[in-house]
Order: sequence, then C-alpha cells, then structure tokens
Amino acid sequence: MFEIKRSPWVLHYDGSSCNGCDIEVLACLTPVYDAERFGIVNTGDPMQADILLITGGINSQNAPVVKQLYDQMPRPKVVCAIGVCACTGGIFKDCYNILGGADTVIPVDIYVPGCAARPQAIIDGIVKAVDLFEKRLEKHKEWVRIHGEVHDDPVDENEVREVGTEETKTTTKTETAKTEKAKSETKPKSNKKGKKSRRKK
Amino acid sequence: MRNSIISVAAYLLLAPVIGGLLDGIDRKISARMQRRVGPPLLQPFYDVSKLLKKQVISVTNAQTFLLMSYMIFILLTGAMFFAGTDILLCMFVLSTAAMFLYFAATVTGSPYSTIGASRELIQTIAYEPAVLMSCVGFYLVDGSFEISKIASSQISSIMYLPGVFAAFVFILTIKMRKSPFDISTSHHAHQEIVKGVTSEMGARNLAIFTVTEWYENVFLMGVVGLFIVNKDPISIAVAVAVIFAVFFLEILIDNTSARMKQYEMLKLSWTITLVLAGCNIWVLMLMIK
Repeated sequence: MFEIKRSPWVLHYDGSSCNGCDIEVLACLTPVYDAERFGIVNTGDPMQADILLITGGINSQNAPVVKQLYDQMPRPKVVCAIGVCACTGGIFKDCYNILGGADTVIPVDIYVPGCAARPQAIIDGIVKAVDLFEKRLEKHKEWVRIHGEVHDDPVDENEVREVGTEETKTTTKTETAKTEKAKSETKPKSNKKGKKSRRKK
Repeated sequence: MRNSIISVAAYLLLAPVIGGLLDGIDRKISARMQRRVGPPLLQPFYDVSKLLKKQVISVTNAQTFLLMSYMIFILLTGAMFFAGTDILLCMFVLSTAAMFLYFAATVTGSPYSTIGASRELIQTIAYEPAVLMSCVGFYLVDGSFEISKIASSQISSIMYLPGVFAAFVFILTIKMRKSPFDISTSHHAHQEIVKGVTSEMGARNLAIFTVTEWYENVFLMGVVGLFIVNKDPISIAVAVAVIFAVFFLEILIDNTSARMKQYEMLKLSWTITLVLAGCNIWVLMLMIK
C-alpha cells in the first residue's frame, strides 16, 4: 500500500528550451490535467526530488548544472527528457553551443518526444517513469546493503545507467535512444571493484 | 495523574496520525478549491514512507542531530501540554524547538537554507508576542498557568478572551507557514529561495521535519481547543468543531492570498496582536480591578 510510486516528486529543469515544453510541463500541474492526483509534486529542490524532467537541449554552460542536479538527487531516481530538444538536441542540434540531448551529460531513462510535448504525453512519460522508480527501489536496497546508509559521494554514472533496458525500450522512439542502447551494450554493466573501494560511512 | 499519562501517550501515538490526516484533508480541500481532483487523503503518509526509503544524503551529520532535537522538543511541548502542566513553560519549550530548526537550517551553509532560517527567526519574532499574550490572558481569566486548571474552568476562556483568540488564530497562519506567511519555507514549489529552511533536507531528514510539523500542528490545534474547553464535557465537542472551523479558515486564507514581504508580516502581526490581544487584556485588567 505504501509503495514509493505513489509519491513521485519531480524536479523540472529548463536547459536551453524555447519555453514551449516548460509551459506544457507546468500545464500538467494545472487544474485541467492535475498531475497531483498521482501524488506528483513539483518540488524545485533536487534533494527532495525523485524524477528529473529536463526540457531543452544541453549547451556548454548548463551541462555542469544538469550534472550537479542529477548528482544531488538521492536514489532511487529517474530522468525524463521532455520534448525533442531534450531527446536529441532537436531543431537546435547544429547550433555551435549545443552539445545535444540530455543524455550527453546524464543517463536518461524516458524519452518523451514532441515539439512541444503535449501534457498528455508528458503525464504518460511520468507514469512510465514512476513504474521505473518503483523498480529501482530494489536496486537501491541492494546498494544500501553493500555500502551502508549514509553516502555523500557523487554517484558513479555507470552504476545507475540502465538505458536500453526493457522499460525504456517501450518508450524510446528517438534515434538517440538507439545509439544510447548501443553505447550501454559496449559498457560493462557494473563495476564491482569500484563499488567496494568506495568510502563507507 | 493516570489521566495525564493516558493523554500524553495518546498524543505521542495519535498526533502523527491526526496531523497526517489533517495535512491530507488540507491538500484535498485545497485541490477542490482550485477545481482539481487532488491527491488521495493518505498522500502525506505515502510521501513520508517514500522519504524514509530513499537514499540518505546529508550535507552535515549535525543537521540530523539538530533536527532530532527539534523533534524531541516539539514532542516535549505537546506532551507537557496534554499532561496539563504549565502553559508558559510549554510555549518556552516551543521557542527552543524553533531555535533548533534555525540551527538545523543554518548548519548546512547553503545560502537558500540560511536565508530561510533568518526568515524563520523573523516569523518567530512575529508570532511570539501573541503566544505570550495568550498565556497572560489565560492567567488573568483562570488565575493559573496550569493547563489542567484552565481546561476545567467554569466558563470557556474565549468568553473573556475573544481578542486574544482572534490574534492567536491570526498568528497560527504564520506558525503553520501558510500563505500569505509562507516566507521561511513553502509547501508549494517555485519560491525564490527554493525550499527555504528545508532546502538542504532530503529523504529521512525531510521525513523528520514533516512528522514534527504534524506533531506541532496537533499541539497548536490543542491550544485553539483550550480557548473553548471548560469543565462541561460537551465543550470538548464544541472545541473539536471550532478546531475544524479554524483549520478550514487557514486553508481558505492559504488559497486566497499571495505571499507578503517579511517586514510587512512583522508589522501586521504585531499591530494585530497589539490591537486585538492587547486591548482585550487591558479591558480584562480594568474589569478585574
């Protein structure tokens, strides 16, 4: 009854979006769509957030910011790229300052395409993210068993990277997702040696 | 003696349940006021249970210690209140608890958290006079600071203290950090200082803070009830009705007002305390002479 998926708190970050997707993200929380009926709260604080919603592409200035926000979020956590810019870079892809989609700096789990992504699609993406969030709890419990409770190191990217897993396959439609899958296949799934040497508290 | 032990035990066990339900009702009614469906009634419990399951990231270990102290002092306040001891002492312990929250927020060194903490202090300054006025009012009416004596008086204290009661209900909005006085932290997103006092509290620490807030709300509602209760048992039912009415009023104010600047809040709350509670007590003292 008290599953964590009943209380997904989102953090919304605007990369270099045209503001179209941001308006749609906020529209999800308005009385018309009322995302709060799923327990979704827009926190604005990474330390309290469970799901990171990124809109807009990543540029050289906001790349460290996005990385920082991701690292500050406690596990289990899920990342959702909203709109085609956050998925691939979109219309801004060839701009001199754009590095690409959100997955150029952090692992993205759910891709919600669209320009701008519609509120229905965003809510659908969040609902998918919520299922993934529940599944990650088990992984997190195992992680706690190995490393102990308190942990203040930044999270190793490879450890939580799950792109191309069964859950994401159903939602990924973009080209980047495919390349991500290819990338994740070449990488070792977990580095257990690194885990053991990490500082315990 | 036995009664007071039972009521303290009941407070310690039931307050989080009642506080959580009040929070759920608050969110549901707020949603309905905005013509939304709103989260389930038990949403606050889902939130806390999730927070307890998440990874613990604490900026400093001292924060957890200070938050635990904050919680213990709030528990002590409520326990002393429901045991029927000195109301003045209750309020002083409550102020001590507020101090621990201030330190828990500043110890992190985060600018958002620190600004939130300094605003929390301003809020404390804003509500403290009305709290003390209430204690003085109870003493003038019932001749004692003992809560057990106040609760078993001949006539409800509110008959002599309508102004003090109004001032107390006013500062309740500040104490519960509801709009227009959600200055130190907000229950809603998009504040200019992120989450204020709670910015650096995640997972377990935020759960401690939330549960403590529930305990505190139940205690505050208890003080509202103390204005109504007299030796007649029926007055307890009336007190519960008044508590719900006051709580509904708080939700209504929360949903219909925009946030104020901190110094305007200070001026307004002191003016209202001075005019309503001050005049009430002045008249009362003249009457007693």
